[in-house]
Amino acid sequence: MNTGMSIIVRTITRLVYGLTLVFGFYVIMHGHLTPGGGFQGGAVVASAFALLLVAFGAAGIKGRLNHHLLQTLEEIGALAFLALGFVGIGTAFFYNLLAGSGSLLFGQLVADAQLLPLSNPGVFNAGGTLPLMNWAVGLKVMTGIAAVVIVMLIGARKEETE
Amino acid sequence: MRKAVILVAFLFVGAFLLLAATSMRPFGEPSFADMDDYFIANTQVEVAANNAVTAVVFDYRGFDTLGEATVLFAAVVGVLALFRKLREDEV
Repeated sequence: MNTGMSIIVRTITRLVYGLTLVFGFYVIMHGHLTPGGGFQGGAVVASAFALLLVAFGAAGIKGRLNHHLLQTLEEIGALAFLALGFVGIGTAFFYNLLAGSGSLLFGQLVADAQLLPLSNPGVFNAGGTLPLMNWAVGLKVMTGIAAVVIVMLIGARKEETE
Repeated sequence: MRKAVILVAFLFVGAFLLLAATSMRPFGEPSFADMDDYFIANTQVEVAANNAVTAVVFDYRGFDTLGEATVLFAAVVGVLALFRKLREDEV
């Protein structure tokens, strides 16, 4: 039966799990400034879920991660991404309407040597629809991969006990 | 005999790779760099993002990313459908 791994693995998982989640969400959140983005950060977060699953077994996630909820969240992410693509449909599909528009939501201009000589290269509130799309894709990837891992584990366990 | 054939095949492919390596163009000088130069020059002004790769993926080539997301969605739905069938047989 699949009841998880040794106490060493479980202790290390308890230590690393939160850090992995924080790092994954950081990669998603800063996708328009630093290397990474929605796909990469989502995969990191999903790897944290997979680690939890491997270390504690199916009993460890019972009642916390439910693949019906994850599936719904994945569909919400996909629809949000599509909707953000339609935001700029007045000009073109996937036109970045918010970038540099001065709006409160990610509307600032990023540092540019000619444009803004004294501005901060790490200004977070920039990029227009880019950060929003990063969040949509990140949600989609993390919940999609987590749902796949959970469902495959359940299927494998059912086969084992047959 | 088998090992000799593998060795000959290995040397043959290796020779071709070496031949190709000698006639490669120098690193960092692609033959068509118009799009690259455009992205490097205009990303910060047009998209207001420092990460030019994300700007290309989500803005300039957003339609391509939509296809990628669709591939992931299809993969997830396929796996869920496959294992759901298994579970219904059990219960």
